Amino acid sequence: MADTSANAPKSVWDKHKIFETNVIVLILGCLVMVAIGGLVEIAPLFYLKSTIEKVEGMRPYSPLELAGRRIYLREGCYNCHSQMVRPLRDEVERYGAYSLAAESMYDHPFQWGSKRTGPDLARVGGKYSDEWQRAHLAAPRSVVPQSIMPGYPFLEQTELNIDNVILEVKAQRMIGVPYTDEQIANVAADIKAQANPDDKGADAVAKRYPKAAVRNFDGKDKVTEADALIAYLQMLGTLVDFKLYDEKANRR
Amino acid sequence: MAQPLTGRKTLKANEMALAGFFAVFALLWLFIASKATEAAYAFHAWLFVLGSVVSIVAIFKRYSARPADPAPQEIDGMPNYNLGPIKVAVIMSVFWGVAGFLVGDIAAWQLAFPAVNLDLPWTNFGRLRPLHTSAVIFAFGGNVLLATSLYVVQRTCRARLAGDLSPWFIILGYNFFILIAGTGYLLGITQGKEYAEPEWYSDLWLTVVWVVYLLVFVATLMKRKEPHIYVANWFTLSMILTIAMLHLGNNLTLPVSIFSPRSVIVWSGVQDAMFQWWYGHNAVGFFLTAGFLAIMYYFVPKRANRPVYSYRLSIIHFWALIFLYIWAGPHHLHYTALPDWAQTLGMTFSVMLWMPSWGGMINGLMTLAGAWDKLRTDPVLRMLVVSVAFYGMSTFEGPLMSIKAVNSLSHYTDWTVGHVHSGALGWVGYVSFGALYCLFPWLWNKRELYSLRLVNWHFWLSTIGIVLYVSAMWVSGIMQGLMWRAYTSLGYLEYSFVETVEAMHPYYVIRATGGLLFVLGSLIMAYNLWKTVTSDALAIRQAGAAAPAAA
Repeated sequence: MADTSANAPKSVWDKHKIFETNVIVLILGCLVMVAIGGLVEIAPLFYLKSTIEKVEGMRPYSPLELAGRRIYLREGCYNCHSQMVRPLRDEVERYGAYSLAAESMYDHPFQWGSKRTGPDLARVGGKYSDEWQRAHLAAPRSVVPQSIMPGYPFLEQTELNIDNVILEVKAQRMIGVPYTDEQIANVAADIKAQANPDDKGADAVAKRYPKAAVRNFDGKDKVTEADALIAYLQMLGTLVDFKLYDEKANRR
Repeated sequence: MAQPLTGRKTLKANEMALAGFFAVFALLWLFIASKATEAAYAFHAWLFVLGSVVSIVAIFKRYSARPADPAPQEIDGMPNYNLGPIKVAVIMSVFWGVAGFLVGDIAAWQLAFPAVNLDLPWTNFGRLRPLHTSAVIFAFGGNVLLATSLYVVQRTCRARLAGDLSPWFIILGYNFFILIAGTGYLLGITQGKEYAEPEWYSDLWLTVVWVVYLLVFVATLMKRKEPHIYVANWFTLSMILTIAMLHLGNNLTLPVSIFSPRSVIVWSGVQDAMFQWWYGHNAVGFFLTAGFLAIMYYFVPKRANRPVYSYRLSIIHFWALIFLYIWAGPHHLHYTALPDWAQTLGMTFSVMLWMPSWGGMINGLMTLAGAWDKLRTDPVLRMLVVSVAFYGMSTFEGPLMSIKAVNSLSHYTDWTVGHVHSGALGWVGYVSFGALYCLFPWLWNKRELYSLRLVNWHFWLSTIGIVLYVSAMWVSGIMQGLMWRAYTSLGYLEYSFVETVEAMHPYYVIRATGGLLFVLGSLIMAYNLWKTVTSDALAIRQAGAAAPAAA
C-alpha cells in the first residue's frame, strides 16, 4: 500500500490514518455509514399515512387461511409466484386492481415475491373453482398442459395439524394482529367449520371472518393441508371491494 | 518444534467454560427434543444434542493431545499462524460449493422438465431453490469468507489469530448452522423470507457464531504488529458489522413456542418488504461484495506480485461503497406499494453505486499494471482477473436494471436471475476459486498446485457455462417481459401467461446445460485441490526437491 511517508507534505489523505490505526474508530465509522440509509428509508414507513392506512374490508386471516398461508411458505411458493400487482396497464388487465399496502398489513412475513415463473397470485381468489385448484395442486399438467409447476399430491393426503395453528394464531396476536378473544378461543372449531359447510359452526366462522369462503375445499372428509391452502388461495385479493375503495382518501 | 514445558498440564478456564456451555446446551435441546411439536424439529433438537456432545468430546481429546503451554504467538521471531480451522473452512467451501452448484443445476432442470420435481415434498423446486441459494451464498461463500478473512487478517497483521478454541467454534459452529438450515428447508422448516429462510433457532445460533467471529477478528486486529490496518480488513470488518445489523433487523421474530420450529416475523406487509430488501440487497452488497472485495485486495496483488494500484482510490471507494449500498434495497420494490419516494431513493443510490463499484474494479484490474503477461501463463491469476471483470459487468448491469423504466420490464423475469448469476458465478465464484487455488498450496505447504492444466479446464468449462447461462437468461427474461406487456391491434393482451411459460423452455434447457458445465468445472477443481493436498511430490521439504509434477 502506497502510504505517504513521514517527510511528505501533509495532505488530506493523512487524515485517514486514524481509521487505519484504530480499530474502534474504524468500527464506529463503518457503523455510522451503514446505519444512515436504512434509517432514512425504513423509519418513515411506520408513520406515513400511505403505508399504514386502514382500508375497508381488511381483516386478519381466518385460522384455516392462516394455516394455508403457512403451507404456502413451507412449500416455497414465493420462489415462483408474486403477490403484488403493479400499477401498469398490462398487469391491471391481467391480474386485477393494483395491490395496496393495506392488503398485506396482516402478512407476517410479506409475500410480494420477486419472480414470476408462474403468474401473480395477489388476486387469484375466486378466479378458479375449488375443484380446479385441488386438481391443479395435485397434478398441475392435468388442467394446464404447458405448466411447469411441481405437483403437490401429498397435500390432500395430509391431515392439517390444528395444534400448530392454535399456537400460531396466539403468536400473531402477541405481535399485534387484532384477533379477538372470541377468535382465539374458537381456532380449532373455526378450522373444522370453515372446511365443512354442514358444520354447526359454519355461520359463526363466516361472521367472525367476513367474506371467508366456507366450503369443503378438497372434497375429503378430513381437514387436510389442501383444504387450508385452497382456502388461502381463494381469499387472496378478495377482501377489499375496489368498487367502494376511495383511492384519494389517503392523499394529503 | 520443542516446547518449553512449565509444570503440569491443567484444563484451562476457556476449555472448562466451553465444555460446560455445551453440557448445558445438550440438556436444553434434550428437553426440547422430548416435547417438540414436529418430528422435523425433534430431529434438529437431536442434532443439537449430538453436536454438543461431540464438541465436549473434542474439547477433551484436544486437551489430552495438546502440550501444557498454549500455542506460542511466535516461533523464531516469525508469527505462529493458526491455520487448522482455516484448513477445515476451505475443505468445507469446496464441499458446499460442489453441492450447492449441483442442487442449483437440478433446480434448473426442474424448470425445463417439471417431471424432475418427482412431486415429493423434499424434492420440489420450492424447497430446493432456497437450499441452492443458501448453499452457494452462505455455505460456499460463507466458508470462503471465513477462511480467507481469518487467513488474511493474520498475514496482514503479522499476528496469530486471537483466541484458542474460538476460531474452531466459529468454523464448526457456522457449518453446523448450515446443516440445520439446509436440512430444515428440505423438511419444510422456513420462515418464508427470501435469502433469510432459516427459522428462529438457527438464526439465534448464527448470531452467537457471528459475534464470536467479530470478536476474534477485532481482537486479532488489535494485536497486530503492522502499524496500519490493511484495506482488505476494512472490507471484512464492514461486512461482519453490517451483516450482523441486517441479520438482526430482518429476522426479528417471535417463536410460537420454544417447542415449535415456527415463528412469526414482527414486521408485516410494506414494512417487512422494506426490511427484507434492505437485508436482501445488502447481503449482496456486504456478504457477496465487500467480503469478496477483501479477497480481491489480498489475493490479486499477492498472485500478481504487484502492489495495489491506488491507495487513495481504495479509501474513496471503500467509504462510498458501504455508504451507498445500504440505500439501494428499494430497487427490488419498484412500482409496488412501497411509497414512490423510497423507490426513487433506491434507484438514485443504485445508479450512484456504479461509481464506487467500478472504483473497486479499476483498483483490482490496474493492480496488474506491468504484469499483464502473467495472464497468459497463470490460469489462477486469469480466474481472479476475470472475476473482477465480471464484477464490473454486473455492477454496470445492476444500476441499469434499477432504473424504474427498465425495471418495469426486467422485474419478475429471468433477466434478474441472469444478472444475479453473472455476479454470483462470474464474480463471487471465480474470485473464490482463485483464492482457493492459492490457499490450498499455502495451507498444506505445497510448492504449487497439482495441475495448472486442470485449472485451465476448469476456467474454460465454467466460462462457457456462464456465457450460456447468462445469455439464455437475457433472452428469456427480456422476451417474457415483452410478451407480458404485448397487445394485439384490437387492444387485448396478446399472450396468456402460460404461453409465455411455454416460450421459456428452450432457454431453460440452455441455462441448465450451462449450469452443468459450471458444476463439471467445480468437480475438476475439487479433484485438483485434493491431489494437491495428498501429493507428496509437491511438499516443500528442502531445497533440492523433485521437479514439479504439474504441466
